[in-house]
Amino acid sequence: MRILVTGLGSFWGSKVAQRLESEPGVELVVGVDTQEPVVPLEHTEYVRADSSFSILERIVRATKVDTILHTHLIVDSTKDSERALHEINVIGTMNLLAAAGAAGSTIRKVVLKSATLEYGSSYDDPYFFRETMHRSHGPKTRVERSLLEAASVVGDFAEDNPHVTVTKLDFANVLGDHVSSPLARMLRLPVVPEVFGFDPRLQFVHEDDVIGALAFATLRDVPGVFNVAGDGTMPWSEVCAIVGKRRVPMPPVLTSLAAEPLRLLRLVELPPEVLALLRYGRGVDTTAFAQAGYQYGYTTAGTVDAFARGLRLQTTVGQPEYRYERDVENFFRHSPAVVRDGE
Amino acid sequence: MGSGGFTGAVSPEPIDRPLAPSVAWTDPAVSGGELVPVRRQPPVPDDDGLRRGDVDGWGRSERMRAVARRLYDPIYRRWFRAEWEGLEHIPAEGGALLVGNHGGAIPSDAPVVMHGIETELGRPVYGMADNLFRLVPVVGTLWSRTGGVPAHPDNAYRLLHDEQQLALVFPEGTKGTGKLARDRYQLRRFGRGGFVEIAMRAGVPIVPLAVIGNEEAMPIVYKASRLARLINVPYFPVTANQFVFGPLLGLVMPLPSKFRIRVLPPVYFDAAPNQERYNRSQVMDQAERIRTHIQEALYEMLRNRRSVWFG
Repeated sequence: MRILVTGLGSFWGSKVAQRLESEPGVELVVGVDTQEPVVPLEHTEYVRADSSFSILERIVRATKVDTILHTHLIVDSTKDSERALHEINVIGTMNLLAAAGAAGSTIRKVVLKSATLEYGSSYDDPYFFRETMHRSHGPKTRVERSLLEAASVVGDFAEDNPHVTVTKLDFANVLGDHVSSPLARMLRLPVVPEVFGFDPRLQFVHEDDVIGALAFATLRDVPGVFNVAGDGTMPWSEVCAIVGKRRVPMPPVLTSLAAEPLRLLRLVELPPEVLALLRYGRGVDTTAFAQAGYQYGYTTAGTVDAFARGLRLQTTVGQPEYRYERDVENFFRHSPAVVRDGE
Repeated sequence: MGSGGFTGAVSPEPIDRPLAPSVAWTDPAVSGGELVPVRRQPPVPDDDGLRRGDVDGWGRSERMRAVARRLYDPIYRRWFRAEWEGLEHIPAEGGALLVGNHGGAIPSDAPVVMHGIETELGRPVYGMADNLFRLVPVVGTLWSRTGGVPAHPDNAYRLLHDEQQLALVFPEGTKGTGKLARDRYQLRRFGRGGFVEIAMRAGVPIVPLAVIGNEEAMPIVYKASRLARLINVPYFPVTANQFVFGPLLGLVMPLPSKFRIRVLPPVYFDAAPNQERYNRSQVMDQAERIRTHIQEALYEMLRNRRSVWFG
């Protein structure tokens, strides 16, 4: 198996590449990104490329990869500008799939990492979205719109290329020791914001399950769209109780205005889709992916508990950081001085 | 999601599919043929001791529900003096859809039925109601903790089919609660028969309930329709209660009418569960039949009622 990973410079891309390169059936892992990997990698090749993936067709042709793992969909709207969101999520996915579907392409599998954010969060939602359901109202934010557009591009690609196994995994809100999702950032604050009078049902997936699920979908054939989330839902008040944080209410009217000072003070940014989530929550049905054979490591409650314990350790000892050393990595991979196994 | 339909997309009814064989992390077929030791199985997820609260997937908390029952018990027993007939028709186990008539500006029938069944039979009842509740701070949360669930077809299906619970619906919806006092006990249209379709799909019976007393607990004498449109609510009532208890207290305080609830024999359907669609005319016929049953039971109960307040 020869795999191309997009978003290698992100936590997800790096971690999943690390997992895949140790798999016996995997011959080659190539990663593209604008940034360098954030974890040490044994033999994954890193190519610096812009996020619109214009050179991708050349890479695919040159390396003869058969699988693309697209982890580079932006779900957290606070990290990039609205324009960048559109460029990366929609145009990037389009270019990527164009390269994958080009004449003579060797690609036989495409796996994408998206989010249950696609379903939105509204008062008239069902309590558990199934993969076949649609969101209750049209998307209001740029990030939701771009994810939905990307999803429709993926759907078209799957229809036009029946010989390619296409899997789209929609992940619920992620918690873990390393992720910087909006909810994880909120829970790391000394006190945690809530919307007064609302206590939404939330569902979480642990970062290990995200990597596990991506690797699972890459190594096995599970075509289709799947929700990936820990079993069960939990109210926000209970999440804060387990993490051991006090809640501070924001007014239920003009909430985005009240959230503005928090952003200006650089405490936490609460974009509209997160404020909607803090009001109405979101739950998804997870039976399909479990029936496809994936075994979860964590339930929703387990995820929150693991996050709380990780947070306690981090507040005591801090977090180690990794810096990519290009010359060192190239030396170990390509220098004739290094004795490699099986040669 | 615009991409639901692509190759081998997940089937809409995954529940009935046989479980796929569990897979080891390094499947020989995937990893190129050589056998390698299977990696450590992921820990079996278990929530024991991790939860701090008891809020279930529907937002219901059994503890909050117990508090609500303790507070509501005097209202149920002394204020409304609720009496049941035919409680044995409610199944002691397995899912069932309870369908009742709806009345009163702020209907007391839902809490009375939920309280009655939970205290008499010891089974939880999930009250399906308009999702507008969820928009209101505090009220929406309390409503959800005490057993309220938005009346979405998929919610009802999951409750009845997957969890085999009792769900209570009022198919008249706000058309039932928003009618004037002179129209009391005249059943409104039973929606579009969606409740019958859900029960068929979930493979559970419908248990019809006829309730009297609910209309007189908070009769509507006038409706300010323009004001209602302005503040975006289904109706804005002036109630008899406001003349008795004053304009503010009268908004929430019911009159002490005598409640009687008759449980009618359950209706079973001759239709295969888990179908995508059901015959429209069959659904409408069944809905109309259930409506007529309840209407006739109401007329009979009203014939036997000597006093609104003493029964």
